[in-house]
Amino acid sequence: MRSPHLERARLQGLKPVLQLRSRILSVIREWFSRQDFIEVETPVRLPTPALELHIDAEPSGSAFLRTSPELHMKRLLAAGYDRIFQIGPCFRKGERGDRHNPEYTMLEWYRASADYTDIMADTESLLRQFEILNLKSDIPRLTVEELFLKHAGWNPVEAYDAERFEHDLVSKVEPALPRDTPAFVMDYPTPAAALSRRKPGRDTVAERFELYINGVEIANAFSELTDPVEQRQRFETWAHERKALGAPVYPLDEDFLAALELGMPPSGGIALGIDRLVMVLAGAKSLDEVMAFRERD
Amino acid sequence: MAADYTASDFRKGLRVEVDGVPYVITEFNFVKPGKGAAIYTCRLKSLIDGNTYVRNFRSNDTLKKPDLEERTMRYSHKETDHFIFMDENFEQFTLLDKVLGDNQYFLFEDCEVRVLYHNGQAVDITLPTFIDKVVLETEPGARGNTATNTLKPAKINGDFEIMVPLFINQGDTIKIDTRTGEYADRVLKK
Repeated sequence: MRSPHLERARLQGLKPVLQLRSRILSVIREWFSRQDFIEVETPVRLPTPALELHIDAEPSGSAFLRTSPELHMKRLLAAGYDRIFQIGPCFRKGERGDRHNPEYTMLEWYRASADYTDIMADTESLLRQFEILNLKSDIPRLTVEELFLKHAGWNPVEAYDAERFEHDLVSKVEPALPRDTPAFVMDYPTPAAALSRRKPGRDTVAERFELYINGVEIANAFSELTDPVEQRQRFETWAHERKALGAPVYPLDEDFLAALELGMPPSGGIALGIDRLVMVLAGAKSLDEVMAFRERD
Repeated sequence: MAADYTASDFRKGLRVEVDGVPYVITEFNFVKPGKGAAIYTCRLKSLIDGNTYVRNFRSNDTLKKPDLEERTMRYSHKETDHFIFMDENFEQFTLLDKVLGDNQYFLFEDCEVRVLYHNGQAVDITLPTFIDKVVLETEPGARGNTATNTLKPAKINGDFEIMVPLFINQGDTIKIDTRTGEYADRVLKK
């Protein structure tokens, strides 16, 4: 066991950053309140987690802890809730590093009759509330194509290679992102669409963006995929690929798919990591500096 | 044949083998680009020459478990940049300070250590989990001010410092956890 004196000193040293974290959460809730959003709460323990290729869920008895509140929030959207947000814990098995913790706090918000550009506008307006970012001009919108052509010398939209894409993203593109302003990285190759819709009129690109601050990935957003047939196909493809990787395969969330079949309005949505946002706003290098308690090995 | 480690086993302090050379992972980080697959970034320190390099691994990558033999020995003394250990037959083995890292500051005369061997060569040591050290130098603790700054540096070996609570005084004996290099407790005088 660690010395209780060292542990107490560590917690005392965190006070300024925990105060900042509390202020950030207040600012976020005030902003959503002014925009007429409803704060919602959806289950943390789920019969089946949202199926994604590279996200593993933490089992909890016969159920799972949520990896994101996404599918439940979309059921609310489909039921006519047109502006909703949620702040709450999410869990991802095995994710531990300077920028990852197996348990973390996620902010998600969704807008009906909207797409990812409306979510960019929301994000920009929300970030303007944080004076420390000193956001004077618009946040630059950089496409994956232009970034890769410039910094990695190839176009992943024309010929996608997942391993090469992820490697070059981390080692060539992210280090070249602006440091004096946040940036939107947008229009991902369709194979990296996740749960976003394909761009109308351009099938090879998906309407997905990521927010970066100081080169750190802070949020991921979509023009949401609302087509139940394509949604089911993507789930099935990931299930198949997960099986090939030897990863656990989760049953499809049929309640969510049934809601999509009944109809969901065109929507935009985003998931933003609160702990990482606090980290960049505090000028910290690791989540260790902004989370009071982290699971130890 | 030693078993392999997969990327999810990687952590700080794990000893592994690459191209026949034993290494210890001294830094470990987990990176996940967007919705992509995990990348594990490790800094590996050679247990032969103490040099380090950074290498990335994917989930399905494996590393060999090094074949290490262990023997109990005693620390004898230091000569310029290397440390001398001796077994019960007074046979000597040496280890470079670069390989020992911070562990070198926790050694004391006659300290019993477990020395690890790789192909007959001494490559690393495991110290007792807790060791006692006398505080050589530290500022007097400020009384009454326990709300903030409740730790202060204390010299325990030459200029090597660790953080201790304010009530620790010069001349006190403290217990150190050698796994983390942190202060663990105060040793009360009998």
